[in-house]
Parts: sequence; structure tokens; C-alpha cells
Amino acid sequence: MRFASSALLLVVALSGGTGCSSALLRSPSDSTDLSEFPPNPDPRVGLRAGWWDAGEAIWNLRVVSKTRPSEKFTNPSTPGDSRLTNSDLAFLGNYVFQGNYSGYQVWDISNPAKPTLRTAYVCPGSQSDVSVYRNLLFVSAEATNARTDCGMQGVTDTVSKERARGIRIFDITDVGRPRPLATVQTCRGSHTHTLVTDPRDPANIYVYVSGSAAVRSAGELEGCSALLPEQDPNSALFRIEVIKVPLASPERAAIVSSPRIFNDLAAPAKHGESAADSALAAERARASGRPPRQTFPGRGPTQCHDITAYPAIGLAGGACAGYGFLLDIRDVAHPKRIGAVADSNFSFWHSATFNNDGSKILFSDEWGGGTQPRCRVTDKMQWGADAIFTLSDNTMQFKSYYKMPAAQTSNENCVAHNGTLIPIPGRDVMVQSWYQGGISVFDWTDAANPKEIAYFDRGPMDSTKHVDGGYWSSYWYNGYIVGSEMSRGLDLFELKPSAFITRNEIEAAKLVKFEYFNAQEQPKLVWQPSFVVARAYLDQLRRDDGLPRARTFAVARELEAIEAMGNKRAALIRLSTALDAEALQNADIRRIRLLAATLRNMAKVER
Amino acid sequence: MTQAPRAIRSALSSARMLVNRLSSFAVVAASLAAACSSALPQASAQSDVGPTPAAIAKADSGRPPYTKADVKFLQGMISHHAQAIVMTAMAPTHGARADVRILAERIDVAQRDEIAFMQRWLRERREVVPDPAAKHDMGGQPMSDMDMPGMRMPGMLTPQQMTELSAARGAEFDRLFLTSMIQHHKGALAMVDELFASPGAGQDGAIFRFASDVTADQTTEIDRMMSMLKPR
Repeated sequence: MRFASSALLLVVALSGGTGCSSALLRSPSDSTDLSEFPPNPDPRVGLRAGWWDAGEAIWNLRVVSKTRPSEKFTNPSTPGDSRLTNSDLAFLGNYVFQGNYSGYQVWDISNPAKPTLRTAYVCPGSQSDVSVYRNLLFVSAEATNARTDCGMQGVTDTVSKERARGIRIFDITDVGRPRPLATVQTCRGSHTHTLVTDPRDPANIYVYVSGSAAVRSAGELEGCSALLPEQDPNSALFRIEVIKVPLASPERAAIVSSPRIFNDLAAPAKHGESAADSALAAERARASGRPPRQTFPGRGPTQCHDITAYPAIGLAGGACAGYGFLLDIRDVAHPKRIGAVADSNFSFWHSATFNNDGSKILFSDEWGGGTQPRCRVTDKMQWGADAIFTLSDNTMQFKSYYKMPAAQTSNENCVAHNGTLIPIPGRDVMVQSWYQGGISVFDWTDAANPKEIAYFDRGPMDSTKHVDGGYWSSYWYNGYIVGSEMSRGLDLFELKPSAFITRNEIEAAKLVKFEYFNAQEQPKLVWQPSFVVARAYLDQLRRDDGLPRARTFAVARELEAIEAMGNKRAALIRLSTALDAEALQNADIRRIRLLAATLRNMAKVER
Repeated sequence: MTQAPRAIRSALSSARMLVNRLSSFAVVAASLAAACSSALPQASAQSDVGPTPAAIAKADSGRPPYTKADVKFLQGMISHHAQAIVMTAMAPTHGARADVRILAERIDVAQRDEIAFMQRWLRERREVVPDPAAKHDMGGQPMSDMDMPGMRMPGMLTPQQMTELSAARGAEFDRLFLTSMIQHHKGALAMVDELFASPGAGQDGAIFRFASDVTADQTTEIDRMMSMLKPR
């Protein structure tokens, strides 16, 4: 099959190359797959099973390294042990912080081909969702076995002051020796959290805490109440927690507000339980010695799963059980709901990602919680998928679903999970984890027609039974896709030039460098005005016929000539002005203007 | 026979089991402490935490301690889910409206997968694995009755409720299906509450995660069903 598609590409390359300049031909390398068609049949179907030796299928990506988890978090005799699950990722400089249900690992990826372990810190209490900021590491603790002293023995008492559910804060000034600073306890623990910086408040950072587990008793943490808000104004239901962290004294971090972002979502519906059921519940409650759970739904979710803040545009996307929320976070400590969507095909709204200009938002549905096989041939493509909305005047409008398209076995947990944008200028491209469905890279520039353009997948952990594994997170960080594999460790990938992404676009993406990166706080992507960015736009105009092909080749030749000049200013302004003038007569006005603006900005620095 | 003696019996047995587990944990911890500190020479400020997660996982063969409450929760939940599958199977043949059929199909897929997880967990630990297929009568005696004679799991429909649901068609079926499934789901939430109210239960991460997923998914679905019940 590979042969067939390469033969096809050769034809495409040759015909496309007629009359084209050297600038065009210099980029594709020998191994580049320029086919516009994905391999068929899909090589992800039917891969050999195995923990360390599973079959692999890869398209338009290159594996840079595969690193097994720390020995502390690997039990060679039992694959898929839920205590040793790798979870989310955060990045600081050359370090990758990888959560694990038993603690976290810190990797040095200065050499991406050979990540080295700096520390494996033992501190059980899933999910160990991680965020970093300067010298501080934040770790979510939710499970009832999480201890304040990070001990391995769990907490067997149903009420205990030794239990740690909330946000753990570590000083990572020496990443090899993290130092526990504080644990901010919350009523429902922290399933995930979102670190939010406030441009107007540099002395503090904020942490939005999402916790969907049960409310603990007031005996364990004072003030915790599972009653309805109208019965107890301090109810821990129907709210999120906001922690304020003073950077000068992070050990004094504390909850500063508990915004009720769920209020008035829907009127409480009246529904009486059957008399027998109420009696049964009461009896069981007496036997267990605690009040029955107050579940009066029909008024929206009681918690969010994940909140993605985008401070540059003052918005956050909240994935909150049955709803997708739009939050105004201009007052960081007091987020307000300004929009909400629901979808009958969505089971559990899990996470949100904005596109860079804030004109779209993508929500994912983690149907089944990530431990169920929801990518079988029998599973619907709109279930356990992403839903893409356009966003205008704070109104979200549904456009399409996207789901990793390769059918997986019933032994592979698979559903939409964590991902980030890949900073290709002019396009909305995202890399996303699908657990044992692997990593899928897709383009959602056209919100109604998302399209897969690269992937990596392994066979199941086990061919005979369901064993948990797969990618929890896969995020773009400073030129690489870094994947956290629940059972197999840390994998790094690079994009390979293809019919869908050119070398110029990849180089332009690599221009975007962060000092730190937390996926739940989306940074605004900004590209240094440069020839590679201009050529990336030009490649897009050619690929999508946004400008006549002949004209794209002429502009490419002109760019070559300008690059060779001493003072480029006048030539850049001339080309920029010409492009602006012809934008309206062509198909892709937006990208022509982006190209023109890039050239104009390049001219500004030419003196 | 009232609940109290049974509850006390069960609590005592849980406590006994827990003591056994904890003492075996202590032995494991002691025997491993020496070996791991030298086996894993990694830079870390944590020199005093004792055995590593991997060492503990290896020592218990990937089976964290669990209690009788964990086992009873899963066994009960298999019977509980089994009834939901009988209910959802009616939707296509009872004239359910489109969104109710979609919901029913999703519940069907979800609960079948969860039954598979629960059976796997119990089987791997050589515990009694209820067979959901053994109970195809309309809301008859659930499997868990072997443990708790005369008692159904919270939220489960009575035989009479099942008969009524089975006899309903069209809009009446929709209404009954939604109200019954809300009742059924609330029962599952009560079972999770009961699990976590039991000392030592839910300490196995797989159980904690499963129970938390049940809470998250079913709370969301109850909310959706409530809004589906509203006049349109």
C-alpha cells in the first residue's frame, strides 16, 4: 500500500512542479509523503498487541524518542496497574512534569532524543494533574487515598485529617528535589485544575479547581456541605473554587472565592422519588450513618471537569458535565458564565480549546471517563468525539464533530482526550490524545470540515483482555509533540512535511517558544515576522488555491530575491502593498492579508 | 429481620478484612524497604518514604487491598446495570421518540461496558461474578439477593414498575422510561455514597475511578433526563 501511495505522490509532485521555482522544490525531503490521501486501508486497524512491543502505525509524524516511566512507577509484572497511571503534562524550560497516580516525574528534554529523569516524586492521590509557574508546581489530588504526608499507606478512615484532597503546592527551585510547601484542601478535591495568570495582578496567580468527586464531610474539612445551595448557602455543589497564590509567599495560598457559575442555568425540575425508593434511601442512610446525597438535578451540572482559560481574550471555556460554558474571566478571581451550550450527542463535556484568534471553540466529550472502549467499529462517530463551535459575540454555534477515525478493538480504552493547538500560522491545527486510539493531528480551520492530517497509534496493551493504557495528553511544546502514555511513559514526536503541512509551516510553528506551558491556560500564539512565516502563508495559499498558482510562484521568487538583498525594507513594503491590493480579487482574502501584514511587519524592523 | 444486625455484621467483617490487609501491607512494606533503597538510586529529596509504588504494586501482584464493601458494590452494581439494559432494550420497540432512543442506546452501550469492567475486576480477584444474563425476567430478584435476601439495590424498579414500563407505548413510554431511569440512576449514586461511607472502601484506584465515573456520568444523565421531561 505504501508503494501505491508513493507512486501517486510522485505524479502529484511532478505535475505540481511544472514551472515551479527552486524555492518550491528545495523543501520536500526524500522521505516526504506528499499524498493527499491517507494510507488505505488504515494501518491503525489490526495492530499487534503488547505492552512494550505493540505494533505501531505512523503517518506524517516521526518518533523522536520513547522513554519508559521511572522504575518507581513501573511494575513489570502487571501491565496497566491503575496506581501507576501516567497522567497530565506541564512544561517549564527544558523540563516536562508528568503526573502519575502515585506522584509525578520530572524529565529533562534538553536532548529530545533522550529525555532523562530528574526525579520521580512519590505522592499518591490521583489524578495528579500538574501545572507549573516559575518555581512552583501545582498537583491535583482527588482520590480518598491521598495523604497530606504523601505516604503510600492510604487513608482508611472515612473521616480523617490526614487526607489530602485539593491542590498540593511544591517548590521546584531545585527540580531534582521538590519541596512540599502547602496543600490547599477543597471539599470535592481536585480532579483537574487551571492555572490562571492575571495581566493586571503580577503579584498573584490563581488556580481554578474542578472536582467532580463526592463532597467530603464537614468533620473532615470544616464547612463542606453537600446540601443544596438553598438549604445551605455554603453548599459545595454548583460552584468551582478559586485559589489565590501570592507569589511572594505561596505557602499562604488559599481559596478566595467559590463562584457559582452554574446558577440559573435551568429551573429546578420537580420530580418525586417513588415512596419505596425514598424509604430505602433513608434506611440505608441510617445504616451508613451519613445523610443521603442531595441530588436534585435538572438544574445543570454541579461541577466542571476542566476549564481552559485564555486570558489574552478574557475568556475561559468550561467543560462542565452536560454543558459547555463560556466564562468571562477578565476579573480573574470572579469568573462569570456568559454562555452555555448542550448537545444531545454529548455525554460528558471534558475539556475545551480555543483557536488562536478566539473565533472558534472545541469541546471534547470524554464519554465513559477514559477507561472504556468507545472507538469500536460499532461506536458512533459523534459519540465520545470533539464538537466544534464558532464563537462570535459570546455566542457559540455548533459546526461539526471530529473523532479519530480508525476503529479500535474492544480491549482499548479510547475516547476524546487532551490536546493543544500546533502553532502553524494561518491555520487551526490541533494535536489530541485518544488514549489507546493514539495521537491524532487534525486541521479545523474549516469548522464544518475538520480533517485528520497525521497520526500515531499502537496496538492494544493486551490482545486477550482490556488493559488500560494509551495517551492521556499530547501537547505541542517548543517544536515537539510530547505525549504522556498512561502505561508506557513519555513519547516525543516531530511533524514531518507532507501534503498537509509544509516544511515552512513546521519551521514557522517552531518559532513559537514558551518559557512555560500549561495546556489549561492557553497562551496567545505570536509569530516573529519572518521569511519562514511568509512562506508558510504562501504554501497555504497554494495548497488551498487562495491565490492563482502562477502568482504564488512569482511571490516565492520575489521573496527569494528580497532575502538576498542588503536593505529589504522598500522591497518588502512594495510586495506587501501589492498583495493587499489584490486580496479582494482572490479566494483567500484572510491569508493574503496575513501574508501582507507579515511582510509589512518585517519591513518595520529593517532600518 | 431489620437492617441493623446485617449492617453490623457486614461492618465487622469489613473491619476484619481491613486489618488483614493492613497487616499484610506492613509486612510487605518492611520486607521491601531494604531492597528498594539500593535498587533505585534516584536523585530525590524523598529518602524516607519507604517502599516505592512499583515495589508495593509488585508485592501485591497489581492487586491493591480492597474490602468486602468494594466487592459488594461491584456485585450489586452488575445486577443494577443489568436491569438498565433490560429497560433500554425496550426503547426501539415501544415507540420512543428520537432523543429518548439515542439516550437509551447510549445508556445501553455505557452500562454494558461497565458490566464488563466490573466482571473483569471481580474475576481477576476470584470473587463471585454475577451473570447479568441470568436475570432476564422483568425486574425479578436481582443476583445480589443471594447476599441480601429480599432486598433490591437502590433505585431498581419493582416487578410492577417493570411491567408498567413494558406495557407503555409512545409518549407514555417516554415519560415512564425517563422517570424510571432517573430513579434507577439515583440509586446508583446512592450505592456510590454507600461505598465511600464504608471504612477502607474505594482505596483501590480502579474502584475509585470507576465509582467517580459512575457519579459523573449518571449525574449528567439525570440532569439531561430531567430536562427531557419538561414540556416541549
